[in-house]
Amino acid sequence: MGCCQPIDKVTAIVEQYKGEKGALIPVLHAVQKELGYLPKDALETIAAGLNIPASEVYGTTTFYTLFSTKEKAENIIRVCESGPCHVSGYQKVLEAIKEELNIEVGEATEDKKFYLEMTACLGVCAEAPAIMINDKTYVNLTPEKVKALLASF
Amino acid sequence: MNYIETDGVKIVLRNFGKIDPLKVEEYVARGGYESLKKALTAMTPEAVIEEVKASGLRGRGGAGFPTGLKWSFTKKDADQKYIVCNADEGEPGTAKDRLIMTGDPHGLIEGMAIAGYAIGATKGFIYCRGEYTTSINTLNHAINQARENGFLGENLFGTDFTFNLEVRSGAGAYVCGEETALIESIEGHRGMPRFKPPFPGGAGLWGKPTVVNNVETLANVPVILDKGADWYKSIGTEKSAGTKIFILCGNLRNTGALELPFGMTVREVMETYGGGLLTGRDLQMVHLGGAASGIMPPALIDTPLTYEDLQAVGQGLGSGVILAIDDQKDFMSYICSNTHFFEHESCGKCTPCREGTARINEILHRIAAGDGTLEDLDNLKDLGEMMQISALCGLGQAAPTPVLTSLEHFMDKYVEAVSGKKNEVNEEAVATEAIHKSYYEAAPIKLD
Ligand SMILES: Cc1cc2nc3c(=O)[nH]c(=O)nc-3n(C[C@H](O)[C@H](O)[C@H](O)COP(=O)(O)O)c2cc1C
Ligand code: SF4
Repeated sequence: MGCCQPIDKVTAIVEQYKGEKGALIPVLHAVQKELGYLPKDALETIAAGLNIPASEVYGTTTFYTLFSTKEKAENIIRVCESGPCHVSGYQKVLEAIKEELNIEVGEATEDKKFYLEMTACLGVCAEAPAIMINDKTYVNLTPEKVKALLASF
Repeated sequence: MNYIETDGVKIVLRNFGKIDPLKVEEYVARGGYESLKKALTAMTPEAVIEEVKASGLRGRGGAGFPTGLKWSFTKKDADQKYIVCNADEGEPGTAKDRLIMTGDPHGLIEGMAIAGYAIGATKGFIYCRGEYTTSINTLNHAINQARENGFLGENLFGTDFTFNLEVRSGAGAYVCGEETALIESIEGHRGMPRFKPPFPGGAGLWGKPTVVNNVETLANVPVILDKGADWYKSIGTEKSAGTKIFILCGNLRNTGALELPFGMTVREVMETYGGGLLTGRDLQMVHLGGAASGIMPPALIDTPLTYEDLQAVGQGLGSGVILAIDDQKDFMSYICSNTHFFEHESCGKCTPCREGTARINEILHRIAAGDGTLEDLDNLKDLGEMMQISALCGLGQAAPTPVLTSLEHFMDKYVEAVSGKKNEVNEEAVATEAIHKSYYEAAPIKLD
């Protein structure tokens, strides 16, 4: 059924932005929002639709850390490791997450519920340590608080 | 984000917490969009630029370039010009632009429309960092309201001036805060800085004359037009006019963002508003201005927070971060986390920075692992100075600043780490590096 294939959604998104100047990055955001990541066939569809070489689409996609070409998990946890979080003890929060989920940084849980990665500053430095889960930011964390937070997902 | 209330004059945060940012009528009720009206109906573009020049406003994005002067350098004749707001706020420790965007979005929109009129741009972009989803939503909402109320769009206030605004979301790359990388990113490319010249004022976005200004810079503009350059100049110091948002963070009792006139010392701000350090702890250092700025030793904290005073002692205001670090934090592991950041964020376009950030990070981690030598310290200095003079963009030029300034002020800690009995493994720094190594993306997929 045409309308429900993921790739048709990509085509629809490309159509929506076509003709706009500098459409590639907004399209990548929109497609990733829809599919959760940016698989190879989606990038090829975007390249063809926007008339940009596939190599350039791929080069741009992989330049930015918020874009992912692999499927990560239902929820993406990003732990801030910048200066303010460093001196406020993000390390303990990270340890707690790793322990609770039994994964290392750069891994997903077996049930594909969580993926864990590091990030630079989230801009909430007065309330460090901070993490982001999907598009929400959580602050003033402690090992206990973060465990409770994970349990709520 | 914590906001710390002060008694003094507020400019960019004048409406913060006093209005509902999602209601344009509340902004208007407090005099909002009057400055835009004044500019369009009673001033020439040149007069607006002159007023901003006379106010002494300097860019709040980190470099402190005089704003009026930047506007006056914009190429005059062009079929299209652009004003771009730098809302990438990537400098670690910086959490000020988000306060403006979520707390008073119309203040920024009005500032951009005035800037657009002054330089002759009919279109503006706000490049907001991708992680700031609330800011992006708030701005889009505010732009729609402004359009519906005749503050954006065609023939504003019955004049022939047209101005439209669009928000673009970044995608997680610190280097995109550099103005030419930001332009590349809006165009849809990898965010790699361009060679300058040409400067954006001559050929920027899609080759058209473009002015790039920080959020906080632009948010000052409506108030300057409303109250006048003389009033503005009377705040702060002679060479640092107006106010600045500072972000107090790290090991202080109170942390948060606050707007203060330029001129208080680092110590005064940390004690008056930050409540000082926790009992029983001493100050080890202050990382002032963001990850790319200098490390300040306790001996310098009586320096006033102004462009000129900080420059005189080899430090910088950067984006306004005051990160206090107490004596219980491990020195080397902090420096290592900083050098790791720059290695990760270097875009790789030029050799001095691509190699320099990697080698500096490697040497520091070798020192942390207990294998450092005195020669390593000389190499750090050489590498850092080489990058300052030869890197293509501000990232590579500024990346070695924390290492160079800490070598200057904390040589004893480095010497201790590389010599004699003290030449031990620094567990904390080594553990941090293990985290760092593990998080790069898995094998890339191949396209045909
Ligand atoms: C690596 C790097 C990152 C930067 N990040 C930012 C940023 O996040 N926000 C910003 O306003 N300026 C940033 N800048 C400075 C901009 O290049 C530019 O100078 C500034 O946006 C100009 O605005 P202003 O004159 O209003 O300060 C960065 C510069 C460099 C070299
Ligand atoms: S200095 Fe660094 S970030 Fe800037 S262009 Fe060179 S490699 Fe890229």
